[in-house]
Amino acid sequence: MQREGQVRIPSGCAISAMISTTGARMTGETIVKSMIPMHDRSNGLGGGFAGYGIYPEYREFYALHVFFDDPSAQYECEKYLKEGYEIVKSESIPIRKIPEITDVPIIWRYFVAPLASVLSRLQLDEHEFVARTVTKINSQFRGAYVFSSGKNMGAFKAVGFPEDVGRFYRLEEYAGYSWTAHGRYPTNTPGWWGGAHPFALLDYSVVHNGEISSYDANRRFIEMFGYRCTLQTDTEVIAYIADYLLRRQGLTLEELASVIAAPFWSELDASESVESSSRAYLRKVFPSLLLTGPFSIVLGFTGGVMALNDRLKLRSMVTASNRDVHYIASEEAAIRAMDPDARNVYSPAGGEPVIIKVEEGAY
Amino acid sequence: MAINYIYPEFDVIRDPNRCITCRICERECSNGVHIYDADRKTLRADETKCVDCQRCVATCPTRALKIVKNTCALRENENWHENSIKEIFKQASSGGVLLSSMGAPNPLAVYWERILLNASQVTNPSIDPLREPMETRVFLGRKPSKITRRPDGTLDTTLAPQLELETPIMFSAMSYGSISYNAHASLARAAQELGIFYNTGEGGLHEDFYQYGAHTIVQVASGRFGVHEDYLNAGAAIEIKMGQGAKPGIGGHLPGAKIVGDVSKTRMIPEGSDAISPAPHHDVYSIEDLRQLVFSLKEATRYQKPVIVKVAAVHNIAAIASGIARSGADIIAIDGYRGGTGAAPTRIRDNVGIPIELALASVDKRLRDEGIRNDVSLVVGGSVRNAADVVKAIALGADACYIATAALIALGCHLCRTCQTGRCNWGIATQRAELVKRLDPDEGRRRLVNLLTAWRYEIMEIMGGMGINSIETLRGNRSMLRGVNMTSKELEILGIAHAGE
Amino acid sequence: MRIDAKGKLFDALNAEISEHNGELEIDNCLGQRFIAAGASAKQVVINGVPGNALGAYLAGATIEVNGNAQDAVGDTMNAGKIVVRGNVGDAVGYAMRGGAIYISGNAGYRAGIHMKEYREKKPVIVIGGRAGSFLGEYQAGGIIIVLGLHKDGKPILGNFPCAGMHGGKIFLRGDAQRVVFPRQTTRRAASPSDMYEISSYLAEFCDLFKINVREFSRDDFTVVVPNSSNPYKQMYVAN
Ligand code: SF4
Ligand code: SF4
Repeated sequence: MQREGQVRIPSGCAISAMISTTGARMTGETIVKSMIPMHDRSNGLGGGFAGYGIYPEYREFYALHVFFDDPSAQYECEKYLKEGYEIVKSESIPIRKIPEITDVPIIWRYFVAPLASVLSRLQLDEHEFVARTVTKINSQFRGAYVFSSGKNMGAFKAVGFPEDVGRFYRLEEYAGYSWTAHGRYPTNTPGWWGGAHPFALLDYSVVHNGEISSYDANRRFIEMFGYRCTLQTDTEVIAYIADYLLRRQGLTLEELASVIAAPFWSELDASESVESSSRAYLRKVFPSLLLTGPFSIVLGFTGGVMALNDRLKLRSMVTASNRDVHYIASEEAAIRAMDPDARNVYSPAGGEPVIIKVEEGAY
Repeated sequence: MAINYIYPEFDVIRDPNRCITCRICERECSNGVHIYDADRKTLRADETKCVDCQRCVATCPTRALKIVKNTCALRENENWHENSIKEIFKQASSGGVLLSSMGAPNPLAVYWERILLNASQVTNPSIDPLREPMETRVFLGRKPSKITRRPDGTLDTTLAPQLELETPIMFSAMSYGSISYNAHASLARAAQELGIFYNTGEGGLHEDFYQYGAHTIVQVASGRFGVHEDYLNAGAAIEIKMGQGAKPGIGGHLPGAKIVGDVSKTRMIPEGSDAISPAPHHDVYSIEDLRQLVFSLKEATRYQKPVIVKVAAVHNIAAIASGIARSGADIIAIDGYRGGTGAAPTRIRDNVGIPIELALASVDKRLRDEGIRNDVSLVVGGSVRNAADVVKAIALGADACYIATAALIALGCHLCRTCQTGRCNWGIATQRAELVKRLDPDEGRRRLVNLLTAWRYEIMEIMGGMGINSIETLRGNRSMLRGVNMTSKELEILGIAHAGE
Repeated sequence: MRIDAKGKLFDALNAEISEHNGELEIDNCLGQRFIAAGASAKQVVINGVPGNALGAYLAGATIEVNGNAQDAVGDTMNAGKIVVRGNVGDAVGYAMRGGAIYISGNAGYRAGIHMKEYREKKPVIVIGGRAGSFLGEYQAGGIIIVLGLHKDGKPILGNFPCAGMHGGKIFLRGDAQRVVFPRQTTRRAASPSDMYEISSYLAEFCDLFKINVREFSRDDFTVVVPNSSNPYKQMYVAN
């Protein structure tokens, strides 16, 4: 049977997120709770979380979370890592053995820093170097899969229902200023942990709900720039688009939103504002990065999150807040499960980005 | 400026020596082709209106009539076929979207015809179906993945609701509105007599037919016409129509002209108002929404009815079917590229979707790879034309087949492919009272029962030849199939060997 | 009868609801779907946030939500009444054929899409605040009223209202000059007989949510109706 990456597996989902604008660190317990009322949006074939601010003591280092099928895959991969990185810590990620989660691979994390000598020889900035390392391991090393590679953040995922995945990874023992979560409903099961979400590259992580119909147009465009869509999932291509537009093209988050959920021409034609003309410009420059079909996503990054719906709003999404903490979820019930007293419940319109950032210096 | 004229497609040939001027053809043709010339006391024909439905030919008492393809032709061109040119004429003069009916007529691969069946010789015995037991009964519905026992050690035999079929064939969805009252009555009565099921389609259930509820599948489509509490509870199963093989991704549109009398009442919309079925269900934009719709129907009927999800065979059908299997559906129905329709845009009908044989083979394989094939039943349709097609479908992995075009042909349809006009001379695709009454529902029932009885014998005969005496052991038994005239890729997708292997 | 929904899965909760007719009050509701689906003889009060497809196929029951409701409220509803003291999500009243939905706050995208009426069955949705894009898409009958009582300064409607509308009426409070309606519809100021048609719904809305009915003076309303019940007639040519 073909596993994710060899075949495209559409899936539906549940997503949620929480973030403190003052940078207050919250344990992972709350975000796990949000998934319980949305149980029926997943089917037990994938769940995961991303936490930001969870590794303050290693904030200068890239935290690589890796699945290995067997010890030999780990050996090969470590050998390769040592060629380019200083590994300051290497340990297995603590888990809790529970009957709901089975077929557990080797789950390891490394805190690493690229060797300065290698960077200067290759004339690469360190982000680019790390991104290339991840692409290489995931596409060329058998039995090894890097599923998280940012600084002071980490993704945790598995095959199972998300609430079980949260217990499995003991997320209550981590504290972060922002969390995102995902419950997956794939249309088939290769039963492979790498296929669960969030999808993360560097400090970007994406949780996503829906099936975009533009996938292959987007994929073939983004692959021109060195990305390899090894999973064939919407989430992966969205993460690469975000990395490409934000990091490599230097767009703002609002501009990113305007590319991937571009306004209709009828809307742009009706306005003569500067904003409209720059949005029209972006639409003309990046037509192949418009995502069509239903999606709602939460993009996590260092110091913030952005939530976005497709321009027709074919998926549901709700936001709310309570003092410094902001919440996003596919259903209001999920928000109430995190915080019964959340206020300012709001349904963003299609294509209207909701960007929440932690105060500068507070993360 | 072009002259807006397309030479008639058919020629009406009347033998003057045989014609007795009885004027029956004049009355029988709803298209107004035959015209009585009072001065000359003869009949004339206006060929421009003829659709070659053969009604006049069949009713002429002296066999004086013949409808033939017109030999007046445009200059031959292997690239610009005559049809392509005529279609441009039509669109240039009207600005309209081309609208057709029934299944795609173009010569795209019919894989049934390239699959051959096996029979026993020497190494195991064939069975004589007339004298030895031969079982064709199937149960459609969800089966448990794990056996449970009661505290006293006996088996817990509670099963999700099932559809029981004496023959693995059902009449697939045709709405009241797209076909006539008498056509529906024929189907309902035949289903009851045969111990199978017919399907209301998306137009609701006429109050007269509630009595056949135990043999009825009620459909819920995106327009939700006629869907209410009693309707949902009336049938033996509920089918969610997500798509149709003849027009995947396209909604339905029954013109206001057909929304008259009882059709309006059954659909519960005003007379003369268009009945528009949106392309998607607007509460299903993603796979987890399908689960929501499936369970909302189960909740509304207190888990008493199996839920069928019907989809068109499209490129990604294997993954889609897997998703449906995991959405709580009990039965998946797949409608292939060549499936029929009462009206569909020509371009969609002829270009979108994939043949049912390939879709079925890959869905069955995918569900097996995932270990969930037994969780759901699989029903396929989209041009199943005879008993051999049924046997091949089952051997490829189907639990049962849906037929519609074949059933209409049994009722008199001559495949003239002009259902969209609403003037069906055979009383099927029409709501005009004078045409509807040409189809006698009891005669229709009899012909449908005949057809399926004959098919059942043929199926048993083929099974017997294979040494199989129970239809379950034919299901997915692909070693009973061999291919001819196929590429290795085609054989690989069908999961069968080449003849001679 | 009171039911505590805390920690209950939707099927258990709904089984309990279907066993009891008459008055029911559900506490601590959190995301359970299909509440009172297909129900006819009961009055259900919900405290908390009910899940998607609340009151789907409703056949006469009354539902009152003290809080917001999620997506697909009253999906294919046939009769009865749903009152939401808050906002609703997307696709409220999809394919609804009868009964009434009163929402004190806003509605999401695709409210009243493919709503239809038949004889004495005339569905009504009254939205207190604003409505998202695609309001009344394919509307084939019934009445949608949007009152625009929201205070966040956003427009009363999103984009693309009434696409494919071929029956029914939409009432908007205010002149709605800035809203673009499709060609196959007509917009006009509400006449006294239009206002008479909705007076009882407005009265009920005001009664339910304690608003002074005089706030809505008659010349305040715009009516949108389709020009034809056969919007796509010209589009096809037989082949
Ligand atoms: S349309 Fe049918 S009945 Fe009329 S002339 Fe042609 S074949 Fe005969
Ligand atoms: S049902 Fe009637 S109109 Fe349609 S193809 Fe058959 S004979 Fe022609």
